[in-house]
Amino acid sequence: MGNKIFSESAIERIEQEYKEWLKDYEKALQKLPERLERFSTVSDMEVKPLYTPLDIKNKDYLEEIGFPGRYPFTRGVQTTMYRARLWTMRMFAGLGTAEQTNERFHYLINHGETGLSTAFDFPTLMGYDTDSPLARGECGRCGVAIDTIEDMQRLFAGINLEEVTTSMTINPPASVIWAMYIANAENEGYDRKKLGGTIQNDCLKEFIAQKTLMLPPEPSLRLVVDTVEFGTREVPRWNTISISGYHIREAGATAVQELAFTIYDGITYVEECIKRGLNVDDFAGRLSFFWNSHIDFFEEIAKMRAARRMWARIMKERFKAQKPRSMLCRFHVQTAGCSLTAQEPYNNIIRTTTEALAAILGGCQSLHTNSLDEVYMIPSEFAVRIALRTQQILADEVGVANVIDPLAGSYFVEALTDRMEEEALEYIRKLDEMGGMVAAIEKNYPQMEIADSAYRFQQQVESGEKVIIGINKFPSEIPPLEVIHIDPEIERLQIERLHQFKERRDKVKLQKALDELRKRCEGPPCWENNVMPALIEAVKAGATEQECCDVYREVFGTYTDPASF
Amino acid sequence: MSQERRLRILVAKPGLDGHDRGARVIARALRDAGFEVIYTGCHQTPEQIVQTAIQEDVDLIGLSILSGAHNYSFPRIMELLKENGADDITVIGGGIFPLEDIPRLKEIGIKEIFTPGSKLEDIVKWIRENVKPRKMDAA
Repeated sequence: MGNKIFSESAIERIEQEYKEWLKDYEKALQKLPERLERFSTVSDMEVKPLYTPLDIKNKDYLEEIGFPGRYPFTRGVQTTMYRARLWTMRMFAGLGTAEQTNERFHYLINHGETGLSTAFDFPTLMGYDTDSPLARGECGRCGVAIDTIEDMQRLFAGINLEEVTTSMTINPPASVIWAMYIANAENEGYDRKKLGGTIQNDCLKEFIAQKTLMLPPEPSLRLVVDTVEFGTREVPRWNTISISGYHIREAGATAVQELAFTIYDGITYVEECIKRGLNVDDFAGRLSFFWNSHIDFFEEIAKMRAARRMWARIMKERFKAQKPRSMLCRFHVQTAGCSLTAQEPYNNIIRTTTEALAAILGGCQSLHTNSLDEVYMIPSEFAVRIALRTQQILADEVGVANVIDPLAGSYFVEALTDRMEEEALEYIRKLDEMGGMVAAIEKNYPQMEIADSAYRFQQQVESGEKVIIGINKFPSEIPPLEVIHIDPEIERLQIERLHQFKERRDKVKLQKALDELRKRCEGPPCWENNVMPALIEAVKAGATEQECCDVYREVFGTYTDPASF
Repeated sequence: MSQERRLRILVAKPGLDGHDRGARVIARALRDAGFEVIYTGCHQTPEQIVQTAIQEDVDLIGLSILSGAHNYSFPRIMELLKENGADDITVIGGGIFPLEDIPRLKEIGIKEIFTPGSKLEDIVKWIRENVKPRKMDAA
């Protein structure tokens, strides 16, 4: 351990001086006491007035901090970071019909966006077509309605699918939507080996937090492994899982809980893939992560730095990965929707800017910045343009992308990074003892941990201990704001279009394709029964999203929310 | 005469919306305030919500929705309550609503709408002041 940052004699002298300073501090407080009874992060982690070399006195630079692009990757996953290439500016977008969303994609690209991210409406997210009775009133409201391969074609019309990478926030039906994307791309003449993008495909966090529920945990995991296996062999540039903390955080988790539960979800996916017989170094390089950037600036930076170090160590030590690529926690970030206020909505620009800055200083690979009106509705063009410009200003004007991991070595940031890792590892030990994440979910453990944090935070807001400007300090009314409207008429039009599509299909071919899908679902999980090839054939034969998902539901059963609170 | 019973409240999430943070925080706050609380969980149809409300003999339904699909599910729930002779159950809503939708929702009988930033204690106070236990038919 010869890589300590400070010599023992230096630490000794600093310690003496620190004790003297503490006396000064106590004395000063007698004249003017601290503003707050307790200083803590938004996650309620208490912080001291001052951090010094004493807080990182045992730090081994090479073991724990190191260099960008080198193990344990605390300082970044790439050697050059933003000096060579900026993060991908990837705005989550989806509204109304495929044509409307396509128009929004082009608008964003024309304003300098560098990657696409698709938001689907609730029926699509839950595996229902627009004509399902369960989909009434939902069409195009929280994203775009995609029922068929033709919708997929309209969604990406005029976009070069080998040049632009596309992220799709889709979970239980991820395999089906991905099959539609691949099938459409092939119909358009693209090579599946050259397609780049991401499907979220993180079923575990659905049970934990986001509640897009379709199948029980075990078959959900089987489908995830099918996609990883297929991607490894057939679509090598695709990120087959985006292991997501975002929704866990939005549901009320603390930063540590977000970090711990998400990393553990990642552990679970790796274990499942290994059980299938995949070699860790063949697939781990295509696993990616998705973090929330909440309002507490330093906490978020520390969380992202800790995530990189933790994942690298877990991949190396727990799973014996050999390739550095397998150890990388590459991640997308979205600023925190739950930090925004409907009151004085223009203040949300400031919140989002701060959160985006933390994401950049945390070393993200891609970033979505929320629009000021997202508390009301899907963003207007006016609002989304400001949100995109926020990233561009941070990238090109502010200078924060000039130096790699500029906060490394900050006594506070390093100490906070260590603490994030320590506390998250505590959860990981607990989850190991519980027998893994599926067992923990069945015990409602992560769900209730998050509910407890959400409730505690709300009580702190009510008491004024946690401040939200416009809500509990300088309270203000919700003003009317110019927002976009989703025409309820599109639901009728989408259903009409869907029915016409269904009429045109070759029924025999379709049935054969769906039968093949069912046969594979019923069979033991293995490459011969991988659902992906069957799905690609099925959607090419005109199977709708729901028709494929109905096969899943019939074979695997369904899962309903345990409704704990 | 028996003592006035505790208010029974159904917290419900209509539609396919999975944003349940608010619903679960409210359910817990109402329970802590001394009410009897039943929570449906996510993804409930209007039919399921009304059926649960009647079966559980509740005095109040609190609907939580953030998806924008309230213009379908809220009127449908009110219609079903009426059809089932249960329209004396008070119904309130919470979540994200365009301001211009709120008067329309009140017109169909939603008694109050709580928008983002509402305080738990204000919601509890509103319930104490505005909801009384329903009179049950002997039949």
